[in-house]
Amino acid sequence: MGSITLQQVNKKFGEVNVIPSIDLQVEEGEFVVFVGPSGCGKSTLLRLIAGLEDVTSGAVLIDGKDATRLPPAKRQLSMVFQSYALYPHMSVRANIAFPLKMAGMPKAEIDAKVADAAETLNLTDYLDRKPRQLSGGQRQRVAIGRAIVRQPSAFLFDEPLSNLDAALRVNMRLEISELHQQLKATMIYVTHDQVEAMTMADKIVVLNKGQVEQVGSPLDLYRSPANLFVAGFIGSPRMNFIRGAAAAAFGVETIGVRPEHMTILSEGGTWQGTVGVTEHLGSDTFLHVHTEDMGTLTVRAGGYVGFKPGDRVGITPDADRIHKFDGQGKAVK
Amino acid sequence: MARRVTRTRKWAVTIIAWAIGILIFFPILWTFLTSFKTEGEAVAMPPSLLLFDWTLDNYREVQQRSDYFMHFLNSVTISLGSTVIGLIIAVPAAWAMAFQPTKRTKDLLMWMLSTKMMPAVGVLVPIYLIFRDTGLLDSRLGLTIILTLIDLPIIIWMLYTYFKEIPTEILEAARMDGASLYNEIVHVLTPMAVPGIASTLLLNVILAWNEAFWTLNLTAAQAAPLTAFIASYSSPEGLFYAKLSAASTMAIAPILILGWFSQKQLVRGLTFGAVK
Repeated sequence: MGSITLQQVNKKFGEVNVIPSIDLQVEEGEFVVFVGPSGCGKSTLLRLIAGLEDVTSGAVLIDGKDATRLPPAKRQLSMVFQSYALYPHMSVRANIAFPLKMAGMPKAEIDAKVADAAETLNLTDYLDRKPRQLSGGQRQRVAIGRAIVRQPSAFLFDEPLSNLDAALRVNMRLEISELHQQLKATMIYVTHDQVEAMTMADKIVVLNKGQVEQVGSPLDLYRSPANLFVAGFIGSPRMNFIRGAAAAAFGVETIGVRPEHMTILSEGGTWQGTVGVTEHLGSDTFLHVHTEDMGTLTVRAGGYVGFKPGDRVGITPDADRIHKFDGQGKAVK
Repeated sequence: MARRVTRTRKWAVTIIAWAIGILIFFPILWTFLTSFKTEGEAVAMPPSLLLFDWTLDNYREVQQRSDYFMHFLNSVTISLGSTVIGLIIAVPAAWAMAFQPTKRTKDLLMWMLSTKMMPAVGVLVPIYLIFRDTGLLDSRLGLTIILTLIDLPIIIWMLYTYFKEIPTEILEAARMDGASLYNEIVHVLTPMAVPGIASTLLLNVILAWNEAFWTLNLTAAQAAPLTAFIASYSSPEGLFYAKLSAASTMAIAPILILGWFSQKQLVRGLTFGAVK
């Protein structure tokens, strides 16, 4: 239970071709993250799977059965929305019970399942409150409770953490990952935050302008990005791209080096430059080094480096970890 | 920097607010007081505010000369009738426009509102003739129909604004939770829209109750509501301010009381969505 297949899915809003054509296979029990910049079509793709939008052409298969024309209520999927979308006039209990009530389950059974879900999500003490009496994190847990209570084929998350503050976001990220290990259910998760994508996913789908740029495990994408877009999107701070003579030395149009794959030296080095802004994070220091012909490079150094703005430094890239790209931006092995 | 509220400033603002409040309320207060005066005292110069011989004669006489209760019943029938029929038409219309908008929805809404910009007297002759020929003159049914029609744009607009405030995501959540269209409307949409529907209902009852142009022009005796009851005490027989005031007080009292009890709902309804 829980495999989802997209076959040449196309979506147009009027004249605008939001998603030209996507083929994708989500395996049972997988945690798949759709990631991409805003406006790349990732939420639209999720809504097509949910049935909240109709596909213009192509097919959506759930558990191998054609669900393209099924209304959302019949697809056996649960969704957690960015705005939580709780029913404001119902108590937490009624909110969580709603999908079961719609399924016509007997009351005693509903009560037991709601109690279970509340237990899992630490909501037992809040069951009789209204959503407006809860904090953001609690509301999000209610939304998740409403999703898990009826054991759907798959869970859909539409940027569920983007309304929470940073500390809570890290917590909830962990809770959702734990939930996935517990339930072993298929989850599709949409985010624009590559850190969420990297930490949670079994499989990341990088989307750009309605097209799939690359599909793979987080480390695959990090180690061997298929093109410039994925290389720039995955990893933080982003990869340095260098054109011109330095790239020509490798026989390609562009080379990319991640900040963590360079060594900074007080003299010598492959490339030279002047230290500009330095960002101290405690554990790491990010140095922005201005070079003459390659622009500004971001370099990661340890927590206790002595370089100050204005210092002349040398940089040596880790030769095994230089990514090469051709004129079309495709990776060259 | 936070705005500093000094004591003097607070007092000054309070006094100004009260002054404006009293200024707005004064005509109603004056009408109310005049209704307890004799006709002589009502026109006396200088007028006395409170120190006059209070009398209930005007109310007694108004009650003898005309049938207040009949007019009252007419007003209730017409204003409630037009509001209920209006809501039955407007709720689905506003739902459709708020949740399934098309390219023309905005134009349609503006066109409906534009009908309210035309002076009513502009269509008096055709409507009068239609009413005469269909036998609707001086009938409650006729008045209910005309008030429904003239207030419909306002009802649809108000409801449309409320429905727009309901986040679509909540309705989508209901769909994902397996709710059919019927369940979505009954369990999610309607409970969330009740405050909006209630304040629309209240406001429209008040508007219909106070409507004077059509009620005066299309009725004679049978269907005449309280507006016509007041008017019958003005000009023709000379001015009897005290009796006119008594009639006015009796006509506005019910709606004033309704407004008083529902003011919380009304204020909430009229400022709905202004602040999150």
